[in-house]
Amino acid sequence: MSINLKTIKHISKLSRISVDEKKAEKLAEDLNSIFDFIEKLNELKTENVEPLTSVAETTLKLRSDEVKSKNLRDQVIKNSPKENEDYFVVPKVIE
Amino acid sequence: MSKNKSEYLINRHDNQYEVVIGLEVHAQVTSESKLFSTSATKFGAEPNTQVSLVDAAFPGMLPVINEYCVKQAIKTGIGLKAKINKRSVFDRKNYFYADLPQGYQISQFKDPIVGEGKVILDMPNGQKEVGIERLHLEQDAGKSIHDLDPKNTFVDLNRSGVALMEIVSKPDLRSPDEVNAYIKKLRSIMRYLGTCDGNMQEGSLRADVNVSVRKKGSKEFGTRCEIKNVNSIKFMQMAIEYEANRQVDLIEDGQTIDQETRLFDTKKNETRSMRSKEDAHDYRYFPDPDLLPLEVSDDFIENLKSEIPELPDEKKKRFIEKFKLSPYEANILVSDIETSNYFENVIKKSDVKLATNWIIGELFAALNEKNLEISESPISAGNLSKLINLIKDGTISGKIAKTVFEQMMKGDKDPQKIVEEKGLKQESDPKALEALIDKVIDDNRDKATEYKSGKVKLFGFFVGQVMKVSGGKANPQLVNEILKKKL
Amino acid sequence: MSDITKQSLSELVENIKGKKLSSSEVTKAFVERSKKSKELNSYITEDYANALNKAKKFDEKPNLDLKLPGIPMAVKDLFCTRDLRTTAGSKILNNFVPTYESTVTQNIWNEGAILMGKLNCDEFAMGSSNETSFFGNVQNPIDKNLVPGGSSGGSSSAVAAQLTPITIGTDTGGSIRQPASFTGTVGLKPTYGSCSRYGIVAFASSLDQAGPMAQNVKDCALLQEVISTYDEKDSTSIDFKRNEYSKELTKDIKGKKIGIPKEYRVDGMPKEIEDLWKKGIEYAKDCGAEIIDISLPHTNYALPTYYIVAPAEASSNLARYDGVKYGFRAEGETLIDMYEKTRSEGFGAEVQRRIMIGTYVLSSGYYDAYYLKAQKVRKLIKNDFDDAYKKVDAILTPSTPSSAFKIGEKTNDPVSMYLNDIFTVPVNLAGLPGISIPAGHDAKGYPLGLQIIGKAFDEQNILNIAYAMEEKINFKNNINDWWIK
Repeated sequence: MSINLKTIKHISKLSRISVDEKKAEKLAEDLNSIFDFIEKLNELKTENVEPLTSVAETTLKLRSDEVKSKNLRDQVIKNSPKENEDYFVVPKVIE
Repeated sequence: MSKNKSEYLINRHDNQYEVVIGLEVHAQVTSESKLFSTSATKFGAEPNTQVSLVDAAFPGMLPVINEYCVKQAIKTGIGLKAKINKRSVFDRKNYFYADLPQGYQISQFKDPIVGEGKVILDMPNGQKEVGIERLHLEQDAGKSIHDLDPKNTFVDLNRSGVALMEIVSKPDLRSPDEVNAYIKKLRSIMRYLGTCDGNMQEGSLRADVNVSVRKKGSKEFGTRCEIKNVNSIKFMQMAIEYEANRQVDLIEDGQTIDQETRLFDTKKNETRSMRSKEDAHDYRYFPDPDLLPLEVSDDFIENLKSEIPELPDEKKKRFIEKFKLSPYEANILVSDIETSNYFENVIKKSDVKLATNWIIGELFAALNEKNLEISESPISAGNLSKLINLIKDGTISGKIAKTVFEQMMKGDKDPQKIVEEKGLKQESDPKALEALIDKVIDDNRDKATEYKSGKVKLFGFFVGQVMKVSGGKANPQLVNEILKKKL
Repeated sequence: MSDITKQSLSELVENIKGKKLSSSEVTKAFVERSKKSKELNSYITEDYANALNKAKKFDEKPNLDLKLPGIPMAVKDLFCTRDLRTTAGSKILNNFVPTYESTVTQNIWNEGAILMGKLNCDEFAMGSSNETSFFGNVQNPIDKNLVPGGSSGGSSSAVAAQLTPITIGTDTGGSIRQPASFTGTVGLKPTYGSCSRYGIVAFASSLDQAGPMAQNVKDCALLQEVISTYDEKDSTSIDFKRNEYSKELTKDIKGKKIGIPKEYRVDGMPKEIEDLWKKGIEYAKDCGAEIIDISLPHTNYALPTYYIVAPAEASSNLARYDGVKYGFRAEGETLIDMYEKTRSEGFGAEVQRRIMIGTYVLSSGYYDAYYLKAQKVRKLIKNDFDDAYKKVDAILTPSTPSSAFKIGEKTNDPVSMYLNDIFTVPVNLAGLPGISIPAGHDAKGYPLGLQIIGKAFDEQNILNIAYAMEEKINFKNNINDWWIK
């Protein structure tokens, strides 16, 4: 298989990581060598195998419906890169 | 299903188009805390004051599921006569947005908690069944506020992580009226169950509307467009109407319809493409590795079944059979849990027929005029019941009852007391009435003579006069009887 | 006492409990040595003044019933620590100060230990040499210009160089065991679900586990005993009966059945590794264990599986680093512009590479061919172990296919870097516990490790086997303090 520059551009867009031409070429090269090695999986027949998502062989534990987290606005906002007392702030979005 | 005589069709030139609609309703689960975190869900809090470290996606924070939300989803599934899946899986839906702190929404993709079910609609031409495809649990996103600052968008994460049920209908709806009935019925069922308050103003109920059109008689579906996040029934209806016509115009013009996501602009009353969001839509769903499969036992489900109250369809059937209400009356009385509770409280101690008429007639009109919900009614069920009993036992006439009712609307007062204080008690003493009637006849000798000579129409005049003189308190039945004798 | 830092954790605990040493003396000794060891670049963030203060406070009212009374320690910078910067080795979290504490570190402080600082690691734990850290590579105390392994490279170097008596790392595909092997130290990756992941910066949620790193097996057992707790805040934490690993530690492993998987004899494996493994088998026999040949047929598929599963989860786990709520932000004209610049400037090359791989294998049209396929092969790999454990109690393998390599040697070839984890990755995929113990040296005098893999929740058993073999091996690390001028 071969991952071309168009694919790199597409996945970089999905990943929200900007890539210029040079970076895209390097990524294509790296990803191709990694996927060459990953393709080994195609040797295996897996039609009747159940996929394994988690090795934890239990199911979800349920918590009771109680409010424990109080108003943490100061803590939550504290690390935010744009200063504002009440909100997180991002560049204007036009829908 | 009866054949609809007033089909909703769009006519263009010689062609008739049918509109096919499917809804994805997002209903906020009624719960104290969020789906995967322990912060509060109250509406209207100060921005970012109900945000836990989990909701804001701080490094190393992990989701832990709220049992009550799981129960609420299953109850809703039971209310939709749907299959409950004992094993369901939470997936991540990956996309970037300012109000989506994790960069993904935890939702259910392949294995939802509730499978196929149905909702019955009462349409003017009969009943219609709408299929439910599935119901799944997911997290709500935060809120982006675009109009507080010229250069920036502000983000409030209070809603981030609140539990939603996404209820997906089959493409069974065919008109804006059916959409209206469907949303109302869904809302009613959830309010009966207490699983969603259905408050559309507060955003507890919103829908994505899938619309396509096809020539009448065609079995194939047309290309559909999804109108995102419409938050009132009226807007849904307007959006459908606009969108269906837009699609018909495109077809008639020989153009194709792009499958796309559209936005309903409530100011311009039109839908428009959200291409900006389209290009990068590949949600890369995969099972959330922070969560394990959700499994519920038969006992767990059975216990929830035992908590399910009587739902509108069953209640309607009972009202018709037990109280001999007409389907029309029953429909109105069961449409909302508050109304049906009110009705059942009133008839505990009073006549069903009178109660039905008074609630559907006087009470609804009065509430409507004051723009009040039945839960805000100034007249309690107990006092309305008393009023009806005063009519039934002849203490007051129906006419006087209306006066008393008006008084009661001004504040929840005992009707008995109003009657006593204002001396509105019906006059049923034959002697007193005879005296009254004698006086009326005396005062109107000429008319009495006319009556006796055959002008029987004048009987009404005399009844009116007696009632007037009695201040409306005279027992009309007795007045009739005595008048006939005397004249 | 000039030799404080040479003491093992067990000795330090004994001396503090016996009031032969105070916490202040011990803390001061490790702080002093850490200060002199800047060249190793083991630390990202130092918190020495606070550590000394805490030690003083401890000494004023010492609680000697605790398991780690007044013991100073530095931890991998992947654990969130309240009020102390936590970077995960990344520029994108360069300025991030958590207001909360990870469960694992909280467990440690609850037993009386004192935080000295945060240790270097590969960015978001993605790496096998500590060269992907935004804060620079780390020197292996064994030799200059040698990598300490990764991703817990700051941790392994700090333990080997005795800058901290013990530490904790995290292991997603070998990130505790491989650096332990490269530095002649002991590292345990516990069973998945044994240690809470709450408050640990996530790499791949279905694989990540925190674990202890120490100079010997006994210290490792004690630390495991402290950090392993059931935690309601982590939905994948498992509620099982945990042993008092250090108390129940025994060298009596007579009759234990130890499996030798033939598939671990990989092509091109250096003779030194082959010889080490043979020696290991002999040591195990000497301890009274029974050696049984086994087969783990899907071993060769573990790395390709891992390089689908781990990046897929990572691509999603790292989506939260978007410049909105915390951490680094690059300004942009639009929201998307801000995202793309922030993530492009904030993440290093290896992290970007893995996010891209993960995004690709999950993307529309490729999910079944890659992600789903990998999950199925993961099942086959787990089945291999389940079958093997019908016959044996534990499995013995080399920890790594080679000894530590030179800084820069593999940075341009991601696949050769990934191959480092060939023996450790299957253990994570199957969620099993594995421990690496130093077992010898190669021709250059660099340490080599052996790995003992256990059944799920059977940490006690592999600790016992490691404890027994450790005595027979009698490993001595050759560290000459070359970095101290």
